[in-house]
Amino acid sequence: MANASGDLALVFGGVFSVLVFASALSAYLRYRYSPDGRNVVLENLDARIMSWWAIVAMLGFAFIWGKTGVIVLFGLCSFAALREFVTLTNTKRADHWALAASFFVVLPIQYLLVWHEWYGLYSIFIPVYAFLFIPIISVLREDTRQYLVRIAETQWGLMICVFCASHVPALLSLDIPGYQGRNVLLIAFLVIVVQSSDVFQYVWGKLLGKHKLAPSLSPSKTVEGAVGGLLSASLLGASLFWITPFSPLQAALLSLLITLMGMFGGLVLSAIKRDRGVKDWGHLIAGHGGFIDRLDSVVFSAPVFFHVVRYSWT
Amino acid sequence: MKWPMDWLKRLAAYATAGMIALFARLLTAVRAIWYGTNPREVQRIYYANHASHGDSVLIWTVLPPRIRDKTRPVAGSDYWERGRLRQFIGRSVFNCVFIERASGSHSNPLAPVQEALDDGASLIFFPEGTRNTTDEMLLPFKSGLFYLARSRPTVELVPVWIENLNRVMPKGEVVPIPLICTVTFGTPFMYQPGTDKSRFLQQASEALTTLANIVREADRG
Repeated sequence: MANASGDLALVFGGVFSVLVFASALSAYLRYRYSPDGRNVVLENLDARIMSWWAIVAMLGFAFIWGKTGVIVLFGLCSFAALREFVTLTNTKRADHWALAASFFVVLPIQYLLVWHEWYGLYSIFIPVYAFLFIPIISVLREDTRQYLVRIAETQWGLMICVFCASHVPALLSLDIPGYQGRNVLLIAFLVIVVQSSDVFQYVWGKLLGKHKLAPSLSPSKTVEGAVGGLLSASLLGASLFWITPFSPLQAALLSLLITLMGMFGGLVLSAIKRDRGVKDWGHLIAGHGGFIDRLDSVVFSAPVFFHVVRYSWT
Repeated sequence: MKWPMDWLKRLAAYATAGMIALFARLLTAVRAIWYGTNPREVQRIYYANHASHGDSVLIWTVLPPRIRDKTRPVAGSDYWERGRLRQFIGRSVFNCVFIERASGSHSNPLAPVQEALDDGASLIFFPEGTRNTTDEMLLPFKSGLFYLARSRPTVELVPVWIENLNRVMPKGEVVPIPLICTVTFGTPFMYQPGTDKSRFLQQASEALTTLANIVREADRG
């Protein structure tokens, strides 16, 4: 088996070149069409690319640090995402302890279990135990107004922002014959395919987009963008088969699966934003919005990718 | 003989200030929205809604450092003078102006605040006088803001709306929960000579509720 850090360096080299190209292109486009900084689309594009640099740098740092680094990074992402999610819920003062427990007990325990590779517990801890105990903590305050709505929102936030997101670092624990020591590349594969699908959808949508995919959910998504994005990302995934335990065909099919999940994840979380009447989940990632705006596709695809690989390759 | 202790205390205050600001950001990802004005180094009274002990910390955190250094929160001495840690934070870190909230004393309770204004400081002021735990947007303003504005009419009054911090740490809770907060700065105005007390307080209060409604509208877009 090839050396994992060598392959990782190649992958990062590739991503680095793409970012250099994107930054250069964006600088040229702004010089040409937005010299006074007034073109909103180009300014947003530039902010997005700058944020990508930061995201890639943080992922690179986490990968070099190793398992602990990846777990800390995704734990922090979960924290920031849950913070955005809870901000938009109907939770009341009576939920104060339930929310404090979600942030300061459930979230750290989930990532600790992932760190210990205790599959039997981390895959049911939030769906079963948080599900039972968080409502108990809330009910002790005896405030029944919108009770079901409040506990359901809290549970949903934990499932999306913590449980699903924690399946990205959980990929490190999969024991795939002949692939030992290379699992970090599975994370790189998942993140690159899913995120590039978002980028490809954006690019194809801007270039060819005519027919709106789901105008009342996400005004910028088009059918042309979606098809072009899914196919381009699947091709990219297939071309990355050499960093995975998959054949090129398997890599393409898995890529299609996770990009589809990712696209629907984006739509689901858009629907929640519409319901709550906001444009973005937050403002921390310049050009993109909040953490959930960037992670929506990853959280929806990570558990599915994890289980398919776990049942078929280990 | 005193200098090493003074120096150490100042260093400790500086480090504590940094840690408090970092903590506030981790907890609330707080973002300043300069809606009606820009951060400017002029003497101002930032008056805000009050729902939590963290309110002045949040405003203080989002002010640019140069302005922050010249801005002093006005706080009740009954809370901040109790215990050595609170005293250190209140005096050395935030450089608070303390006022006696218990009425009945004969001296003018606003005297130390006016003194701070005469020294050129800007202020963070909570005109409701106490933390709002009701479902109302604001409690009726106490007269303090009126007397301050009337006695120092050249100072700009800036309404500041703090959104969400009441949910982070409601009165009586010990553990804060992480939620995203914003601090929005409205359009500055000055006291117009001749305005009577109830009219002025109503205008000031309306300026703040209007700002709050703008903040809530802007989120939905």
